[in-house]
Amino acid sequence: MSWQRKILRVNLTKGTCEPEPLNMEWAHLFLGQRGLATKYLAEEIDPKADALSPENKLIMATGPLTGTMASTGGRYSVITKSPLTGAIACSNSGGFIGAEMKQAGWDMIIFEGKSKAPVFLYLENEKAQLMPADDLWGKSVWATDELLHEKFQDPLVKIACVGRSAENGCLYASIVNDRHRAAGRSGVGTVMASKHLKAVVIRGTVGVGNVRDPKAFFKATSEGKKTLADNAVTGEGLPAMGTQVLMNVINEVGAMPTRNMKEVQFEGAHKISGEAMAEPRESDGKPNLVTNAACFGCTIACGRISTIDPQHYSIENKPEYIGASGGLEYESAWALGSNVGIDDLDALTYANFLCNEDGYDPISFGATVSAAMELFEMGAITLETTEGLDLSFGSAEALTKAAELVATGEGFGKDLAMGSKRLCEKYGHPEISMTVKGQEFPAYDPRAIQGMGLGYATSNRGACHLRGYTVSSEVMGVPVKTDPLTTDGKPELVKAFQDATAAVDSTGLCTFTTFAWTLEDIAPQVDAACEGGWSAASMLEAGERIWNLERQFNLDAGLTKADDTLPGRLLKDAAKTGPAKGSVNRLHEMLPQYYALRGWSEEGVPTNETMGRLGL
Amino acid sequence: MPLKITITFKLYASLAQYLPKEAVENKIDIIIPGDRSIIGVLEQQSVPLESAHLVLVNGFFIPPEKRKTSFLSDKDVLAVWPPVAGG
Ligand code: SF4
Repeated sequence: MSWQRKILRVNLTKGTCEPEPLNMEWAHLFLGQRGLATKYLAEEIDPKADALSPENKLIMATGPLTGTMASTGGRYSVITKSPLTGAIACSNSGGFIGAEMKQAGWDMIIFEGKSKAPVFLYLENEKAQLMPADDLWGKSVWATDELLHEKFQDPLVKIACVGRSAENGCLYASIVNDRHRAAGRSGVGTVMASKHLKAVVIRGTVGVGNVRDPKAFFKATSEGKKTLADNAVTGEGLPAMGTQVLMNVINEVGAMPTRNMKEVQFEGAHKISGEAMAEPRESDGKPNLVTNAACFGCTIACGRISTIDPQHYSIENKPEYIGASGGLEYESAWALGSNVGIDDLDALTYANFLCNEDGYDPISFGATVSAAMELFEMGAITLETTEGLDLSFGSAEALTKAAELVATGEGFGKDLAMGSKRLCEKYGHPEISMTVKGQEFPAYDPRAIQGMGLGYATSNRGACHLRGYTVSSEVMGVPVKTDPLTTDGKPELVKAFQDATAAVDSTGLCTFTTFAWTLEDIAPQVDAACEGGWSAASMLEAGERIWNLERQFNLDAGLTKADDTLPGRLLKDAAKTGPAKGSVNRLHEMLPQYYALRGWSEEGVPTNETMGRLGL
Repeated sequence: MPLKITITFKLYASLAQYLPKEAVENKIDIIIPGDRSIIGVLEQQSVPLESAHLVLVNGFFIPPEKRKTSFLSDKDVLAVWPPVAGG
C-alpha cells in the first residue's frame, strides 16, 4: 500500500487545513492521481459549476508510485474543472514537488472555496498552514519561487505556483513547479489563481516507506530500470535529443501543423529542431542546448536545459534571461515555431522561458497567436486592434512581444489570453479556431495521422496528444507499426492507448516510460507497492473505468456528441503536401465504431451495462 | 551501366554522424545507380542497418521486409532515423 492513506483538505474560504483518510475503496478502483482525484472531483462538485467560481475545487494528486524508487516516480496531477473547455481538466507534471508532497505524508491536497486575500499553503510533513501572499501577488513564477526560497531559507522546499498570467485571468494559465516543470494544459493555473491561492510550498521528510512487498518492489523496479536503459528510445534517444527529435520526423511525414494548420509541412522545421539545438551558434560558438535534465527519480532524463544567444534581440538589456533554463520540448517548439511560421530558435526559446516565468501553456499560447495571425492576414483584426503589433505569420518580433503581453495581461495580450476559440469568436471567425472542446491542438496534424483525429475528437480534456498517443504506433512503430493514412483498426488502437494511458497517469509514473514499458512491465511495480492484486489486465480495466468516469463528468457538465469533432479545416480542406496530400481526416469512418467499442450509445453516452461492468 | 539517379539523403539523430561532411541541415544530394535498393544505399553510406529503424521515402514508411526490394527513383527523398519517440 504505497498510498499514504491521507488527504489534506484545504478550505480557502474558512482558512482551514484538515487531514482526512483516503477513501481506500476508491483507491482500489481508481488507483491514484488522475483516476482517484477525478473520482473525488466528480463526487464533490456539480459538473455544471462555473470553473472559476468558489464551487469548483482543485485537487493536487500523487499516485501510489510517486515518491518511491520506481523510475520516473515523481509525477503529480492537477484535477479540476477547466475554465478553457468546461470539461474535466487533468494536467500532469514532473519535477520534484509531487514526490515531496508524497514524502510529506500526503496522497493529495483538495483545495475548496476561495480565499478573501491572496494566500499560499505551507506544508511541512504534518504541519499545514495557510499564509498571507499579498507580497507575492502580482509577481511572476520565478520571482515568487525566489522570494519563497528566501523566506524559508531552505533550498530544499519545493514550490508550485501561478504567475501573473493566471492572476490576470489568462484561460490557459499553468501551475509551474520547480521553476520550469508545469501542469500546463486546460487552465488549471487560472482556477488556482481564481481561488487566490498563489503557491504551494512543501517540505517532506517522512518518506514513502509503506510499500506492500519491499523485496518484490525492489526487483520489479530494478528490472524496469534495466528495460528503460536497454531500450534505444528511453536509453539513448530521449536523453540525447528529448522530444525535440520529432520535429524533423513529423515534418517529413507531413503531419506538422503549420501556420494555424493551413499547411502540414514547415520549410523552417530544421532550424528549430532537436538537431539544430545541438549545433554551435555563430555568436559565441555554444549550442542552444546546455544539457539534459531529469525529474525526480527518472532514469530517462528527457528534459532540455537551454540558453538564448546572448546577442539575440529578445534579451538585449535583459541579463536575467542569459542563464540556462527549461528549453524547448517538441510541443513548445512546434507551437511557438511552425504553427506561427517562425524559424528563429532563440525567439522560440525566449517565448518558452516567458511561458515558464509567468505560467502559461505554450501550446495554447502558440496556437492562439497563430489564430490571431490568420485573423490579421484576413483583415479581421488590424494594427488598430492589436495596438500596433504587426501579427504577420513568420514575425519573431510579434511572437516575443505577444509572449510579453500575455505574461503581463497588457494590451492585445488580454485578447490573446482568451485562447483561440474565444478570440476567433470575438472577431467573427470561429471556423479558424483550431480547437476541440475549446482547447488548442498539439503538434500532430490528423490529416496525416488518422488515429490522432479520433483521439483529439474524443479526448476528455479537449484536443490533446497525451490522452492516447497513437503517433507512437502510427509514425514511430512503437509498440507496432500501423499505417498513419488508414482509418482501419484505429478505433481499437485509440481506445487501447486511451485506457492504458489513463492507468499509467494514475500510478505516479511518467507516460514516456511506455516507449519501453507496457502494462506488463508496470503492473508488477504497482502490485509490489500496493495491495489489490494489480495485473496488466486489471490496470487496463481501471484505465477504462477512469475514461468512462471522465466522460460521464463531461456529459453531466453539458457536453454532448456534438463536441466529439474536429474543426472543419481538418475534415474538409485536404492536406496540400506530403504523404497525406489530398487527404482530410476521416473521423466519420471511425467515430461510430469507437462508440460501439466503448460500449456507448450512438449518442456517445456510456450504457448502463457499460457503467455496471466497470463498477461506476 | 544502369542509369544514375540523384536522391536526397537525410540522416537524423544519432545517425547524423554517418552523413558526408558536406551535408547541410542533415541532408545531402547523392548520385546512385538506379538499381540500388534502400538497403544498398544504406550500406553504401555505411549506416549500421540495425539502427535504421524509421525509413521513409518521400515521407512514406518502408517496412523492414521491403527495404531490400524497394528501389528509388530520381529526386526521391530517403530519410532515416534510429528508434525515436517523444510526445
Ligand atoms: S521522461 Fe522526461 S518528463 Fe518523464 S519523468 Fe523523465 S525527465 Fe521527466
